[in-house]
Amino acid sequence: MRFALRRLGFFVLTLWAAVTLNFFLPRMMPGNPALAMMGKFHGKLNGQALTALEVIFGVDSHQSLAAQYVHYLGQVATGNFGTSLFFYPEPVIDVIRSAILWTLGLVGVTTILAFALGTGLGILTGWRRGSRLDGIVPPVFVITSAIPYFWVGMMFILIFGVKLKWLPYTFGVDQSLTPGFSAQFIGNVLEHAVLPGVALLITTIGTWILTMRNTMVTTLAEDYIRMARAKGLPGRRIMYDYAARNAILPNLTGFAMSLGFVVGGAILIEYVFDYPGVGFMLLQAVENEDYPLMQALFLLITVAVLVAILLADVATALLDPRTRTAG
Amino acid sequence: MPANTSGLAPGTPSAQDAHHPILEVSGLSVEYATEHGAVRAVDNVSFDLAPGEFAGIVGESGCGKSTLLFAIAQLLAPPAEVSAGSVTFKGQSLVGLTDTQLAAVRWRDLSVVMQSAMNALNPVKSIGSQFKDALRAHGAGSRTEIADRSAEVLAMVGIDPVHLKSYPHQLSGGMRQRAMIAMAMLFTPDLVIMDEPTSALDVVAQRSLMVQIKELQRRLGFAIIFVTHDMSLVSHFSDRLMVMYAGQVAESGPTREVFDSPRHPYSVGLLDAFPSIRGPKVPLTGIPGRPPDLASPPTGCRFAPRCPKVMDRCREAPPDLYPAGGTLVRCFLHETGDGESGTAKDGQREKAMSTGDGTSEEAGHA
Amino acid sequence: MAMMRTPVGPGGPDEPAGTAGPTAMAAALPAARGRPHSAALTRMARAIRSNRKATAGSILLAFFCLVAIFPWAIARDQPNAEVYGRSLGPSSAHPFGTTAYGQDLFAQAVWGTRDVLIIAFGAGLAATAIAVLIGVAAAYLGGFWDGALNLLTDVLLVIPLFPLLIVIAAYVHSSGTAVLITVLTLTGWSYTARQLRAQALSLRNRDFLEAARVRGERRLYIVVVEIIPTMTSLIVASFLTNALYAVLFASSLQFIGLGDPNSTSWGTMLYWAQNNEALQTGQYLWAVIPGACIAALGAAFALLNYAFDEIGNPALRPMRRRRIRRAG
Repeated sequence: MRFALRRLGFFVLTLWAAVTLNFFLPRMMPGNPALAMMGKFHGKLNGQALTALEVIFGVDSHQSLAAQYVHYLGQVATGNFGTSLFFYPEPVIDVIRSAILWTLGLVGVTTILAFALGTGLGILTGWRRGSRLDGIVPPVFVITSAIPYFWVGMMFILIFGVKLKWLPYTFGVDQSLTPGFSAQFIGNVLEHAVLPGVALLITTIGTWILTMRNTMVTTLAEDYIRMARAKGLPGRRIMYDYAARNAILPNLTGFAMSLGFVVGGAILIEYVFDYPGVGFMLLQAVENEDYPLMQALFLLITVAVLVAILLADVATALLDPRTRTAG
Repeated sequence: MPANTSGLAPGTPSAQDAHHPILEVSGLSVEYATEHGAVRAVDNVSFDLAPGEFAGIVGESGCGKSTLLFAIAQLLAPPAEVSAGSVTFKGQSLVGLTDTQLAAVRWRDLSVVMQSAMNALNPVKSIGSQFKDALRAHGAGSRTEIADRSAEVLAMVGIDPVHLKSYPHQLSGGMRQRAMIAMAMLFTPDLVIMDEPTSALDVVAQRSLMVQIKELQRRLGFAIIFVTHDMSLVSHFSDRLMVMYAGQVAESGPTREVFDSPRHPYSVGLLDAFPSIRGPKVPLTGIPGRPPDLASPPTGCRFAPRCPKVMDRCREAPPDLYPAGGTLVRCFLHETGDGESGTAKDGQREKAMSTGDGTSEEAGHA
Repeated sequence: MAMMRTPVGPGGPDEPAGTAGPTAMAAALPAARGRPHSAALTRMARAIRSNRKATAGSILLAFFCLVAIFPWAIARDQPNAEVYGRSLGPSSAHPFGTTAYGQDLFAQAVWGTRDVLIIAFGAGLAATAIAVLIGVAAAYLGGFWDGALNLLTDVLLVIPLFPLLIVIAAYVHSSGTAVLITVLTLTGWSYTARQLRAQALSLRNRDFLEAARVRGERRLYIVVVEIIPTMTSLIVASFLTNALYAVLFASSLQFIGLGDPNSTSWGTMLYWAQNNEALQTGQYLWAVIPGACIAALGAAFALLNYAFDEIGNPALRPMRRRRIRRAG
């Protein structure tokens, strides 16, 4: 219980840090983008929207910095992220809503697949240490983990999209189709998801294979593995029940933390494929200097990573009986 | 069988019946492949074990006793490998068999107890499920049969069967160790190999565990190989004692003989390092120096650099095991079988209580 | 298992590895006999030579360093000179062809090496320096400071780096190399700091440190002269990790247009390639070449990094398959 409370406290702290960064960064940067921003919109916004915007950018000269900060915190806490500047007058929240589903689908599914396949392959490779599998897999994936995500995406576009014309490589779905649960629509969505999904899978799976393999190797040196051999247990059971179940534990939280990198990769993949997800929207917001949207997206991504860590903690508690009694 | 290859000196009655030995280790050597070449951790060890016999193997850290144990149980992992010799268990040669082939023998006839139950038990599985794994691996029983047998072995060591649901970290150290022993009893094996099972416990728990082990042995009749650095602890319970040094057998024979009249200067030094609880105070002695680096062992006797009775020829050629007064000794002093043996310090040693706190190891490094 | 090591001097047993993260694990070096510093370096040199991954990585890295130091010896043309025919294919005059602006791709790739390596080494070294400082300080100071520094590290670790970089770069608009290095450094030190702290913690109680304390050495001395040299392997691994991520993040930022579009860097090349729809218009090499260069340099760092994992944690080393004669 105490552990859970400390964790929650940590999350709140991190969220606060992200929100604070959002508030202070534009004010700290050279050329005060906030002021420039305000200058652009003076003609277009008025009244409440203008004041809200001023608060977000801390250019409200009527209040002290500290007061503006507090006001901003209050706004964020109530879910008021302001109005999108590019999609004016739509509130930021509504703008984001459409993108979330796309990203959840693409990145969510791919991450789960990468995790499952990655740990599986890592377990096998660690178990068969010294075999040919172990001779090939680590070097191959060490190299793939160094390839920039977007380049893999570009190569996929080149080979499978442009040259072979097997699969579409822009957008999430054919724009001419009407959205709905029809087989045609869903099939088309899936078609569009293949290239970006596989690109993301290939680039992210490497680190998970490698860490799982490494922890497997270290776990296999433990006494209880030797004991399991002594008992004459079948190899499969030792590999899963005794080795893998222990090897995966220290990795779970690490996996969740590395989600930050997955998110980064997803942004680039979406950009390259024009996939209408959260990452793509973030980059568009940057291009359009739509700062409220940008900040909100940044917070959203941070929350997603925190949620993932929370899930990893829950998983660890479920899988490791020692954490349950400890706290 | 020539006397040298068997651990028993001729004419010495074996511990129990004179059946065919249940375990025959012959010329066993184990090497570790390192970047600097092979290191021989166990060098040409031979001994036999009769059914129901309790053999103790003692020596300090790094002498190769644990490696020997694992080599016998075929539990070595790369880079360690059996490089020479044979291990015959109940007439079947074990060296070179695959894990699948060994499964028929493992746990049913030959089980293992390790030093630290905290490390030897899977931390994420309950005790009961680990018992079940072992039972299932050697012929499925019905769920009731498994539950019954599990409860039965736990009762044997005095643990409430409710702990089948517990996880290793929820039990005390002593209970964990006993649970591990119970697990080893699941199939009432013929031979149980124990690697320092008491070292992780406090003095009181050690003694009670030893008593429990001896009691189980009396009841179920299995043979035991018991490895420890605590010579005095095991000497109260073992039929035979084997002293190892630097990967070799230094002295071997019936416990009483080895303990009361140690012949090898190392054994003498080990035993002298034990202050006796009763009797007048004597200054602590130890064995100066440290064990040799097995990557480049000394030519000649391995104990020569530290031996108080060293002679010139000791440094030139390594001694064989020579029979001497009922034991085998690897020392030139006893080449002709009539060298003198160490005597009990003040005649008190055989009456001394086991201190059981491992002082022999530290003292041996003085 | 304790039996693995032949009885040696005052070295302690291997510490268990710290929390695993992508590729690099915090593993303690078994302390060498006596003074560890010079022994560590020679051991490292020897280990590099014997480890295949390390040699491959070193050769690749050395190659790129040479290209960066002597670009004029390899490429005749100026990278940004828009003097050639546009979008030419590969030929003897232009091994990689030209861009849509008439620039020689080969020259761009060669000269771009310098930019990328400056970022890699600059941000890599700076981030590692901060990581060592904070990681070791946290481990050594303990108590409140440890908790505070740890918290700071963890928070920065969790906040997703790339989105943060995007946000910062968005405010700064075109980031030149210096800004890029600064931003990468300030955001990227947290991951390796964690690992370094874990190892420093495990070293804190080693015998040779006790000896130094008893001798009356000052804390700073102990930290600098005793602890840090023992952590050499991990520090090098940290540098490699940081350099790798600097390369990847920097080129990513440049690719999406948040770098300086006038710089000659592989990421910028990709930016212009993407802007001119190189893939769709058949100018394949424009997109392939700079990406391949990034991948190659990244692979060099990654290989060396992995090799150092094995050097620091002997349990991970490749098994030597020896045929030992089996007895009858």
